[in-house]
Amino acid sequence: MTRARTPVVDGWFTGDGDGFRLLGTRCAACASVFFPREDGHCRNPGCPGGDLEEVPLSPRGRIWSYTDSRYRPPSPYVTNPELPWEPYALIAVELAAERIVVLGQAAPGVTVADLTVGMEVEVVPGVLHEDAETAWTTWHWRPTGGGA
Amino acid sequence: MTGEVAVLGAGMHPWGKWGRSFVEYGVAAARAALADAGIAWRDVGSVVGADTVRGGYPGYVAGATFAKALGWQGARVTSVYAACASGAQAVNTARAQILAGLADVVLVVGADAAPKGFFRPAGGDRPDDPDWLRFRVLGATNPTYFGLYARRRMAVHGDTPEDFAQVKVKNAALGALNPNARYRKRVTAEEVAGSAVVADPLRLLDICATSDGGAALVLSSMEFARRHGPAEPVRIRAVSTVTPRYPSTVLDLPDIATDSAVAVEPAAETFRASIARAAYEEAGIGPEDLSLAEVYDLSTALELQWYEDLGLCGEGEGAKLLREGATALGGRIPVNTSGGLASFGEAVPAQAIAQVCELTWQLRDQAGDRQVAGARVGITANQGLFGHGSTVIAVR
Repeated sequence: MTRARTPVVDGWFTGDGDGFRLLGTRCAACASVFFPREDGHCRNPGCPGGDLEEVPLSPRGRIWSYTDSRYRPPSPYVTNPELPWEPYALIAVELAAERIVVLGQAAPGVTVADLTVGMEVEVVPGVLHEDAETAWTTWHWRPTGGGA
Repeated sequence: MTGEVAVLGAGMHPWGKWGRSFVEYGVAAARAALADAGIAWRDVGSVVGADTVRGGYPGYVAGATFAKALGWQGARVTSVYAACASGAQAVNTARAQILAGLADVVLVVGADAAPKGFFRPAGGDRPDDPDWLRFRVLGATNPTYFGLYARRRMAVHGDTPEDFAQVKVKNAALGALNPNARYRKRVTAEEVAGSAVVADPLRLLDICATSDGGAALVLSSMEFARRHGPAEPVRIRAVSTVTPRYPSTVLDLPDIATDSAVAVEPAAETFRASIARAAYEEAGIGPEDLSLAEVYDLSTALELQWYEDLGLCGEGEGAKLLREGATALGGRIPVNTSGGLASFGEAVPAQAIAQVCELTWQLRDQAGDRQVAGARVGITANQGLFGHGSTVIAVR
């Protein structure tokens, strides 16, 4: 049986493979970008408020900082308590065009030893966890190999 | 300049993991503060409680919970919540009531009973709650954010894990002298380096624990203090509770991303620096006037960040200031003479009040073995989730 692929949050990312992108919104009046998406009102206090339009974010950025999670996070993070805890890295990535820093998990197999501040990474589709019927999808950051 | 209020009394319930209700800790702290002030509970005109989100409904109405436990006597009541800044907001609320003439004497109380392990978000499926989302989508606990900040300092300023460990060594030595601290044992740099990594590059002994504890203050108008209090009371001269300015470009708990700076140039000054600046302006003093500082050392690395944000040194010079011994007892500007969160662990709504308790004892020359000689001006600083920061300046 194939599990249904369901985004862990609706409307935060789209596409497959090389076409995978984070989705934010952009104010039509002041061009401010929001991620996670802001669909109500522009949060720039100097903006009269424009329509918020969905916009894909840059797929590549540079590492602002990184860390990892050596201990099992509490619920609502979903883990199998019967399996040993496998630490994963978290990467905060600065996107130059949007001038925004977006946090995400590193792609499987990437550890803090592989990372440096300033290194180029790209957004890739990932799976957060799976249950009997569903693969809950998310975004991951992965080094491009382009160096710092 | 804003008017001053007097600190008539300070009291705490020792920090620890006692396994009892937050109400018990808060009431014990309140009774200690009232006794210290020489004020009868019946003579308190207003109670301000700093809420806890871990005590069920009584925690959301902490002011009334403490008032009932002390015995209803008709006082005006207020309950406030601002994450880690709750205690300072409670102090600020009390101050505003006093300066507005709504009350002569106000009791401020905060207490918490913390869970074992990581803090976690409110229960249920809450996909519109950023605090729920960061756990659900990323498993991003509080220490992972501390780890991000620490790694960023290492990359930008050249701080090392050995620098971070020295913050713990300093604070543990001070906590060993404080009977209200939870951890009262000195710690070596080797012990920090030998503790488990929790969130790279931070280790267990770099990160503050979560604790049970309670703290309280009795505040009054200067006029009341002149009639009933000590001749020269500790005075609160400033309380800063400012919010960030858009775009906020430092990734802040519990957010998954910063604001975008594409449309608006960010302020040159970070949010944390703006918190301190507002307090300095209100008090009419600068960092050069300080005798001591109590800062929110959620992690060792974050203490170094506060040195810079408070203007104790230039940007990137925090580790150097520490290495010079300037922030140790006997140094130019001792920081966290109480032992800090490193020695207390975090009892969220009590913590900012406990910081003011430490200033009070220091400014009265009652801090015993951890006394800063001739202390005249003290500052506290803390920051909580969702854009809350606070700073209190007290003088004598």
